[in-house]
Amino acid sequence: KQVPDAKDVRLDPKTNTLSREGVQAIMNPYDRHALEEAVRLKEQHGGTVTVVSMGPPQAEEMLREAVSCGADEAVLVSDRAFAGADTWATTYTLSQAIKKIDDFDLILCGKQAIDGDTAQVGPGLAERLDIPFVAYVRKITDCTANTIRAERLMDDGYDLLEIPLPALFTVVKEINEPRIPSLKGKMKAKKIDITKMTAADIEADPEQLGLKGSTTQVVKVFSPELKGERAMLGGTADEQVAQLYEKLSPLL
Amino acid sequence: MLQIDIEACIGCGVCESTCTFGAIKVEGGVAVVGDSCTLCGSCVDACEVGALSIKREEKAAQDNLADWSGVWVYAECRHGRIAPVALELLGAGRKLAEKRGVALSAVLLGSKMNGMAEELIAYGADKVFVVDDPALASFTDDAYGNALSALAKKHKPEIILAGATAIGRSFIPRVATTLATGLTADCTNLEIRDEDGALLQTRPAFGGNIMATIVCPHTRPQISTVRPLVMKPLARDAGRKGEIIAANLDSAMLQPRVKVLDSVVEDLDRVNLSEADVVVAGGRGLENEKGFAMIRELADLLGGAVAASRAAVDSGWIPYPHQVGQTGKTVAPKIYIACGISGAIQHLVGMQSADTIIAINRDADAPIFDVATYGIVGDVFEIVPKLIEKFKERKSA
Ligand SMILES: Cc1cc2nc3c(=O)[nH]c(=O)nc-3n(C[C@H](O)[C@H](O)[C@H](O)COP(=O)(O)OP(=O)(O)OC[C@H]3O[C@@H](n4cnc5c(N)ncnc54)[C@H](O)[C@@H]3O)c2cc1C
Ligand SMILES: Nc1ncnc2c1ncn2[C@@H]1O[C@H](COP(=O)(O)O)[C@@H](O)[C@H]1O
Repeated sequence: KQVPDAKDVRLDPKTNTLSREGVQAIMNPYDRHALEEAVRLKEQHGGTVTVVSMGPPQAEEMLREAVSCGADEAVLVSDRAFAGADTWATTYTLSQAIKKIDDFDLILCGKQAIDGDTAQVGPGLAERLDIPFVAYVRKITDCTANTIRAERLMDDGYDLLEIPLPALFTVVKEINEPRIPSLKGKMKAKKIDITKMTAADIEADPEQLGLKGSTTQVVKVFSPELKGERAMLGGTADEQVAQLYEKLSPLL
Repeated sequence: MLQIDIEACIGCGVCESTCTFGAIKVEGGVAVVGDSCTLCGSCVDACEVGALSIKREEKAAQDNLADWSGVWVYAECRHGRIAPVALELLGAGRKLAEKRGVALSAVLLGSKMNGMAEELIAYGADKVFVVDDPALASFTDDAYGNALSALAKKHKPEIILAGATAIGRSFIPRVATTLATGLTADCTNLEIRDEDGALLQTRPAFGGNIMATIVCPHTRPQISTVRPLVMKPLARDAGRKGEIIAANLDSAMLQPRVKVLDSVVEDLDRVNLSEADVVVAGGRGLENEKGFAMIRELADLLGGAVAASRAAVDSGWIPYPHQVGQTGKTVAPKIYIACGISGAIQHLVGMQSADTIIAINRDADAPIFDVATYGIVGDVFEIVPKLIEKFKERKSA
């Protein structure tokens, strides 16, 4: 997924608006790790890697970058009818596209997209395709033609799992260190024909697409509120520390 | 579609600077929308002359929304322990249920969960649905997703809440997809809308830079995952009465395709951080690892845990499990002491529900002071050692 680089998105404290000066569209950082893992699996076990993105025409640039980092094929699922899709409509659209593309052994997604932070597309897509799903994969320990063993990061440690293929995983950053584009890759990226799919191509039911197909609606967007009361302790450093000590002692 | 009323538009450009996606440009004195528009609605709210609107073609509503009634909390348990967030959600769910005039139920999935259902009642549940099956001994998306979906289809709750934990964020999307309804992830506030009883779900977006309130208008249940340590549990009341319902599900449906070979608990420090009463945190202002030795000393004296900003983690001064904020942990201790942390919104979302916040920063304009109960403008390398001295004296006294 192509996303605005959230690191540069800042709230302007004066106007209370998001200033996006110099905000670039980038490949979602977690997806970079998903792509890298796919390319590594291909290098070890053979096969091909196809990158799929649903997004505006500009996302083509990101798909070319993915090819320069080792993907073999690229598919852009793009149509104005998709605009405003929530994760329900997104997973519908992506699942329709994937059914059109080809057979697959494994689908890798990022843990979450940094613009929405929802982390719902991976599991929702797996359910629509009716394949096993594992979140937060931090290591693939073993891979055969029919099964994969992988470690899943949990809140209190990790689980070691065995998963029959085909399956869908979302990956965390710990899984690998993504490579930078190779020269050969860049050449390939320049020439590659990106497959484009519209709503008609994926035989989508228009009722399920975009804003109209979405189950959730944003009713309000606002800036986070802060308490906004500043209680400063004054005086010399010793005086400040003495006051703080007085305030803290009863709380301990 | 985003619609622009060119009569009303004054070409001021507020929408252009509001749009995170660069989808609006002011051309020839009016706003023009491009392909990258995601219909997020920020510009509609920002437009001072009301020239922007989003035309919604409504999704066909599910039949008989009114059949769905009651508030459910998925009570997560793992390795024999109820997740604290489950109790927090019972606190939040109680309020929603009372406002709606409906019952609050908890759902327990697992194996050999002795005494847990009673515990959930003590924390506010009217009913507890229990699915106790060896196939649920370890967490798998298949088994947990199928179990919760089947229960929801049968009993039709209007709201389901789950913790935004590794487990909740993994399998709840599957439940929402199976039930063909909406899900709002990682909520930090929940309310009932007075007019129609809809659940208003508020969550941070764009890395915490903005907040969005989301509804699920046409389908039921309304499902949210909720960030841990944001909601408050009720006081435990062992005298509360409730009903425990053993739900018998077809065991074939509980057989997971994914096999859990091993489940390893590690990194207890993380757990400590979320549960500590006192947290001493350091940021880029600490300059290096040695700065963190000072923070650790203060934390030890106060019986607390050490936390850090992302800048400090990225600099390699302290490992990631200590990071607090949007992409780290959420903490809500009694006392949070922020040393050399500027207070970026992404940090604040992880700690602003602490009871007492102390900020030490040499920049009087640092935003951290906006959330501080007590602020000290000063050099951490001067203030913190003095504070350590004070507390050492107290200890030896
Ligand atoms: C998507 C996204 C997610 C993010 N997630 C997180 C997250 O989970 N957690 C997080 O913390 N950040 C997160 N960030 C980063 C966040 O935006 C800030 O960059 C970060 O919190 C800054 O850390 P800091 O306050 O330590 O550093 P700085 O902003 O550099 O602040 C250092 C402060 O120390 C003060 N200082 C310096 N020297 C001294 C001294 N000797 N004595 C006293 N004060 C001193 C300075 O005045 C300054 O205010 C995220 C950003 C993005 C875009
Ligand atoms: N429009 C999209 N096109 C392709 N992949 C997507 C899209 N949206 C989400 N994903 C994938 O799903 C993951 C989780 O996204 P999200 O649920 O939006 O946080 C991302 O890291 C991507 O791998």
